Amino acid sequence: MEKHRVTFTINGQPRELWVWPNQLLLNVLRDKLELTGTKYGCGIGECGLCTVHIDGQPYMSCLELAIAIDGREVETIEGIAEPDGTLHPLQEAFLDHAAVQCGYCTPGLIMTAKALLDENPTPAEEEVRDWMRGTLCRCTGYAGVVRAVLGAAESMQKEYVHSNGKRHDGLDE
Amino acid sequence: MMSPEFNLVLPESLPEALAALADHAPDVAPWAGGTNLQVDLRGGSYRVGTVVGLDRVAGLDEIRRENGSVHLGARVTLADVLREPLLKEAGPSLVESAWHFAGAPIRNLATVAGNVAYGSPAGDAVPPLMALGAEVVLESKGGTRAVPMEGFFMHVRKTVRQPDELITALRWPVPPTHSAEAFYKLGLRKGDAISVVCVAVQLVRGEDGGCSQARIALGAVAPIVIRAHEAEIKLVGEALTPSLIGEAAREAAEECSPIGDIRGSAAYRRRMVEVLVSRTVTQAWNELVGV
Repeated sequence: MEKHRVTFTINGQPRELWVWPNQLLLNVLRDKLELTGTKYGCGIGECGLCTVHIDGQPYMSCLELAIAIDGREVETIEGIAEPDGTLHPLQEAFLDHAAVQCGYCTPGLIMTAKALLDENPTPAEEEVRDWMRGTLCRCTGYAGVVRAVLGAAESMQKEYVHSNGKRHDGLDE
Repeated sequence: MMSPEFNLVLPESLPEALAALADHAPDVAPWAGGTNLQVDLRGGSYRVGTVVGLDRVAGLDEIRRENGSVHLGARVTLADVLREPLLKEAGPSLVESAWHFAGAPIRNLATVAGNVAYGSPAGDAVPPLMALGAEVVLESKGGTRAVPMEGFFMHVRKTVRQPDELITALRWPVPPTHSAEAFYKLGLRKGDAISVVCVAVQLVRGEDGGCSQARIALGAVAPIVIRAHEAEIKLVGEALTPSLIGEAAREAAEECSPIGDIRGSAAYRRRMVEVLVSRTVTQAWNELVGV
């Protein structure tokens, strides 16, 4: 078994690493890059807690080989707040709606939700529930989570209108 | 959490990939999404010396129409299936199955060909492909062969694919004008669930107004995904009525051989085959006659 070189960006920063073929993206993130916000849940692609974005799409980092990120952009929970520390609207909304109990699943839920809002900024409740179904929370339940995602979508719309005068749904203020 | 060690080959072209498979066979496995392989390797139920990664092989991610057929490449993911406009017309039941498939992060990784290659009786992409009349295109250094879906599976997790062969594509005829498909997955919950019963049908309506062709594929109710041939025979040549559809559905329930497990008893599965065949055939027929 020999190591392979991978070049990628992590939360906007270019990086280069040597990885083993059987090394998982999750292990590289947590152990090599010390980005421990991404959690190890089931390790078999069932729970979604290790969800990160690769080229803007959600993936489970416990199933993705580290070698697969060569030439691609990886974003984790550590990368979604503003550089000045201002939280992402989803992070704010999870706090506002108390969508957190033990918090272990929160990074996975937020990264899954962010992928939805990046693609569909004004989802209906049903769409949120459908999209989030692969990411599991075992303590607080999903009502608060769904409210938080819908709340974040709303506040992102307002912010967007505020800064651009246009809404994503085409209805100008 | 670490997979056992394996040697990784990352070919950049199909001939290179096929050569790598031939060189390392039989102790070799192709790797597309890896959603099954990764879990089996780590869990210890599977060991392999060399993995041939398909990430860099050009041309395997295409979905295209070709001489009246749909060609779906080996690297096409379930997420790609949901995005591809061609499939809304040319494989609606496959699109429907993709929608019910796990959750978004898995759909981005898991491939349709991988779902077929794995050979699980509960692979949800298989019944739609079988009902569409798909064949599996297998390529090796020695040549290419196309195997109908019905002949591809031998037993649970056993297929006719040889270790040096790669599924390069799945191929099926573009559904004729007067045809309709339907799909139903029964799981214990809406998402992220293994099928209890999975049914896909394709019906074609002939010039006489009757059903001229029927394919009914049943998942998770036998060691492999099966066609309900006796039920299909009941339907062909007839204008479908509720009582005839009911007869065919009972026939399908006779034809399957389900097991009982934590997701449902054998008797429950058999009963659900009857209910769901009736439901899907009715839905497809209603679409054909414009109800």
